[in-house]
Amino acid sequence: MSEKTFRGRAHLFGDNIDTDAIIPARYMVTSEPAELAKHVMEDADPDFAKNVRKGDVIVAKKNFGCGSSREHAPVAIKAAGVSCVIAKSFARIFYRNAFNMGLPIFESSDAPDKIKPGDELTVDMNTGVITNLTKNEKYVAAPIPEFMQKLIADGGLMASIKKKIS
Amino acid sequence: MNMTITEKILADHAGLESVKPGQLVNCKVDLALANDITAPISIKEFRRVGAKKVFDAERVVFVADHFAPNKDIESATQVKMVRDFANEFGVTHFYDGGRMGIEHTLLPEQGLVGPGDLVIGADSHTCTYGALGAFASGVGSTDLAAAMITGEAWYKVPETMLFNLTGKPKKWVGGKDVILYIIGKIGVDGALYKSMEYVGDMVKHLTQDDRFTICNMAIEAGAKNGIFAADDVTKEYVKGRFQRTPKYYSSDPDARYAEKFDIKADDIELQVAFPHLPSNTRPISRVGDVRVDQVVIGSCTNGRYSDLKTAAEIIKGKKVAKGVRLIVIPATPLICKQAANEGLFEIFLDAEAVVSTPTCGPCLGGHMGILAEGERALTTTNRNFRGRMGHPKSEVYLAGPAVAAATAIAGRICSPEDVL
Repeated sequence: MSEKTFRGRAHLFGDNIDTDAIIPARYMVTSEPAELAKHVMEDADPDFAKNVRKGDVIVAKKNFGCGSSREHAPVAIKAAGVSCVIAKSFARIFYRNAFNMGLPIFESSDAPDKIKPGDELTVDMNTGVITNLTKNEKYVAAPIPEFMQKLIADGGLMASIKKKIS
Repeated sequence: MNMTITEKILADHAGLESVKPGQLVNCKVDLALANDITAPISIKEFRRVGAKKVFDAERVVFVADHFAPNKDIESATQVKMVRDFANEFGVTHFYDGGRMGIEHTLLPEQGLVGPGDLVIGADSHTCTYGALGAFASGVGSTDLAAAMITGEAWYKVPETMLFNLTGKPKKWVGGKDVILYIIGKIGVDGALYKSMEYVGDMVKHLTQDDRFTICNMAIEAGAKNGIFAADDVTKEYVKGRFQRTPKYYSSDPDARYAEKFDIKADDIELQVAFPHLPSNTRPISRVGDVRVDQVVIGSCTNGRYSDLKTAAEIIKGKKVAKGVRLIVIPATPLICKQAANEGLFEIFLDAEAVVSTPTCGPCLGGHMGILAEGERALTTTNRNFRGRMGHPKSEVYLAGPAVAAATAIAGRICSPEDVL
C-alpha cells in the first residue's frame, strides 16, 4: 500500500449534509482543530466523534458541505482522524476549503450508493480507485482536476503564496 | 462577444478579452471581507506565511458581526485578535461596537461595494452584492488570506442559469418569496457551482432591497453568485454612496446560458420554507396549522429598513401573541436610527417585541434568541438546517418579513391578510 492510499471504515451520511451539521456554530468560538474535532458531525450523528477511528472515511450522498463558508468544517473532519470524504457531489465553498486544508475529497456517482456503514475501504489518492474490502468491489472516483492537483503538489494555496512573497 | 455579465466581470478582472465557462482565471479583487468567525483563521494563515502587509489597507474589510456584541470570553478574544491585526496593518475598515452592522447590509449601505466590483468574502452570503451588478462570492478563510496578501483570487468561470422574471409581484410578496420560490423549484444544489442571473420585466418592480435578498440566498441553491445588471434603481441607490467609480456591465444579447427558467409573478404566493432545507417550500395557503414559539425579523437576508417597515405596518397597534417571542434585529446602526426616528421601535416595543442592536446572533444559533429542544421559530433569516438556531431538536421555518410579522401576532404561521 503506497503512502497515498487511505484505509478505514465507512461512516454513511445522506444528502445535503450542511456545515452546521459538520460543526455547529455554537462551537465556533474557537478555531482550534482538536476542540472542533470533539463535536464533528454532532448534529447529524451525535456518536460520530466517539466512534470515529483514525483513517476512517466519511461517505455521503449529494451536496456535502453546503451552507456556511466555515473552514472549521474540513478542519474538524481532518482533526477527528478522517482520512478522506467520498460524496456524489460537494458544495463549492467546502470543495475549495477541503483542498486548502489538505482534506482529500472524492466525487463518485456510484460508490455512495453501494458502500454500507462499517465497510472496510481503501482509497488510492492518485488514481481515485476506491476498493471495498468488505464487499470485494471497486469504484472509480472522478479524477481531481489538474489545477487542484498542482495546488496540492505545491503544498497547498498558502505554500504557493509564501513562495510568491518571499 | 456572447458573454454573460458574470463572464465579463471575471474577464475584466483577469485582464482578459474574454472567458468561457470552465476556464480557470486569476482575478484582481476590489474588496476582501472577513468576519469575527472567519478572519481569525485568515489572520493565522497570513502570519504563518510571514506576510508583511495586506495588498491594500483600504480594500480589506473586517466586520465583527456574528457573535457581537461579544457574547463570551472566547468570542471577545477572537474579535480582539482581529482588532489588533487591523491596527497593526492599518486596516481602516474594521467595524465593531456601535459602528458595526451585519456585513452584507453594512457594506452596500456604506458604499464599500458597488457595480462592476469583484468581491471576495470569507462568508457564504457575500453573494449578496450581486444585486448591485457586481461579482461577489463566498470562500473560506484560507482563500481569503491569500486574497488579503496578493489582492488576487482564482476562480473557475461558472456556467450561468438565466431566470426570466415576469409580471408584477402580488401584494406583500417580496424578494424573499421570489428566491424561496426559485429554490423550491431547483433545490438546494440546483445551481451548484453556477451563476444565477436575473432579468425580465419583474425586475423593475423589485426594490434594491428585494434584489439584495434574492442574491443573498443564491448560496442556498449552491450557486457561486447571483446577479442583476444595474439599472436606474441601482444607479440611484449607489449615487452619492459608492466610494469608487461604478462600472456597469450587462450580458450580451447572444450570451450563452446553461439553462433558462421562466418565473411568473402570478405563480408566486407568499412562501414558507419548512424544516430542514430552504428548498422545502410551500405557499402560505398550504402551510396548515403551525404554531410557533419565536419569530425573528433580521439578518443579512431581511434586516433592512424596508423589511422592518413592512413588519411594522402589520404589527402596528397589535400585540405579539401570548407565549410567542418576537425578536427584531435591525441590520445596521443607520437602520436602527431610522427605525427609531420613524417610530418603528415604538410600534415593536408597544407590541411587546424584543428590539436588539445589530448582530447575526440567532440566525446561526450564536446568541440573542436560541431555541430550546422542541421549540419552533419562524424567521426571516436564510437557513433552516437542523439545529441552525439552537437545539438540534428545534425547528426553523423561513419566510419574508410580512409573514413573520403576521405570524408573531397570530402565534401560528399565517398571511398578513389573516391579522389585518
